[in-house]
Amino acid sequence: MILQTIAFYLFAVVAIASAVMVVTARNPVHSVLFLVLTFFNASGLFVLTGAEFLAMILVIVYVGAVAVLFLFIVMMLDINFVELREGFQRYLPIGGLISAILLAEIIFVGGLWALVAEVKGALSEKMPEESKLTNTEMLGQLLYTKYVYLFQLAGLVLFVAMIGAIVLTLRQRTGVRKQRVSEQVYRRRADSVEIKKVQPGEGV
Amino acid sequence: MGFWEGYVLPAAILIGWILVITVPLMIGMALMTWFERKVLAAMMLRKGPNVVGPFGLLQPFADGLKLLMKETVIPSGANRAVFLFAPILTFTLALVAWAVIPLGQSESGIWVLSNINVGVLYIFAISSLGVYGIIMAGWASNSRYAFLGSLRSAAQMVSYEVSIGFVIITVLLAAGSLNLSEIVLAQKGGFWNWHWIPLAPMFIIFFISALAETNRHPFDLPEAEAELVAGYFVEYSAFPFALFFLGEYINMIMMSGITVVLFMGGWLPPLDVAWLNWIPGPIWLALKVAMLLFVFVWVRATLPRYRYDQLMRLGWKVFLPISLAAVVVYAGIMLYAGWLPGWREAR
Repeated sequence: MILQTIAFYLFAVVAIASAVMVVTARNPVHSVLFLVLTFFNASGLFVLTGAEFLAMILVIVYVGAVAVLFLFIVMMLDINFVELREGFQRYLPIGGLISAILLAEIIFVGGLWALVAEVKGALSEKMPEESKLTNTEMLGQLLYTKYVYLFQLAGLVLFVAMIGAIVLTLRQRTGVRKQRVSEQVYRRRADSVEIKKVQPGEGV
Repeated sequence: MGFWEGYVLPAAILIGWILVITVPLMIGMALMTWFERKVLAAMMLRKGPNVVGPFGLLQPFADGLKLLMKETVIPSGANRAVFLFAPILTFTLALVAWAVIPLGQSESGIWVLSNINVGVLYIFAISSLGVYGIIMAGWASNSRYAFLGSLRSAAQMVSYEVSIGFVIITVLLAAGSLNLSEIVLAQKGGFWNWHWIPLAPMFIIFFISALAETNRHPFDLPEAEAELVAGYFVEYSAFPFALFFLGEYINMIMMSGITVVLFMGGWLPPLDVAWLNWIPGPIWLALKVAMLLFVFVWVRATLPRYRYDQLMRLGWKVFLPISLAAVVVYAGIMLYAGWLPGWREAR
């Protein structure tokens, strides 16, 4: 048990410290790298609680895909660091308000767990120990039976968002020479090569 | 349970296991560079390394020693911490993926460092992290060539990961588990039971995607020595460079290892007969991995480099639709034929 406790505090402390660094780091690329570290430690915490599927999905989706795109964009941006600092005073009230609301919500949720008897009972209910189902199977069976409509709805929302992003950024350029693979494949020798007998001294 | 039996002994066993896996891996990596040079040389009608040691076998060790002795040059415009962290990350990620690869089996159990239930996802997660080493190296070098190389590589690895994911799903459908040992055990009984025959198109897509994922020919645009000098590691020298090199080759071995586990029956012998079963599993695994590594080198000697738009086209317009359709087709066939493992019990 003591190893788990040590591991928990290690992951938690590194996660919080790197989350603080995300906000305070001067270089935005460093911020994104610290964000990756935060995600990684959060997935470590998931592993400790026995939710190994969620841990792996967190790494695959957020670290492997989303944060790479963040990093991609932040690296390519031409950012003026001095200018970036200037707005700090102006945005402080709004930022403070949002973080205060988030903090209040977290306290509210945590308070519900501790205080309300029904929530406490539902949470402390043990998972069926004897069942041989793995984490992944349990999640799959819940997602595809009980919550199938919500699951499909979430997929639909993401799909619409993707189409929206493509519609907004797609522009048809004219006058660009594109490779048409099917044309190249269908080209035959007879269409493009002609054999001529060249007589000496005459040319083609 | 005392302190010794509770903590020290398990830790010692764990470290022993790690050494058992990593030391042969390092030696294998060194031999892999020798093997690649020899095979390339044979294909180009040259001799290859033949001076240091018998058949030039000690050449990779001499090269490694040379890299260790050289001075580590850090460019003045580079971001020091990130610059030095990138090769360490690449190398570490290449090694940690081996924790879940099952090496063999005896009466007492499976020979694997960590037999986790989500082994396939773990491998997928680790290989998707691999892109960070490259992108950090490119950015921290503060050089145009390095940055271009790392941008290419990031886009390439993210694109091919998508089709790799779908290919893995078809394997999971056939095996009925995310645990790598169970995937191997699902292919028991002779080579005709291995997944490469029923999932042949997926096997080919997976192998080609593995070439792209490890930045090997014909998808080695991140390095493209003819146009980008050496891509993302132009600015690296001495030991950081050696770490990149090690990481890249161990990644190659790892991708071959995963291909073997998913499609070619892992540690299982090709025929389920007594004298073949007598040969221990790690040897079979190593033989199969060596076979795939030969194909890696063979492809390098044979094919020209892809152009960047062709690479993207192949990933997004060819492999992604095919693998997506294959998931649906395989799932449908297995469901209606009743071949889906675990389906009856779940009902």
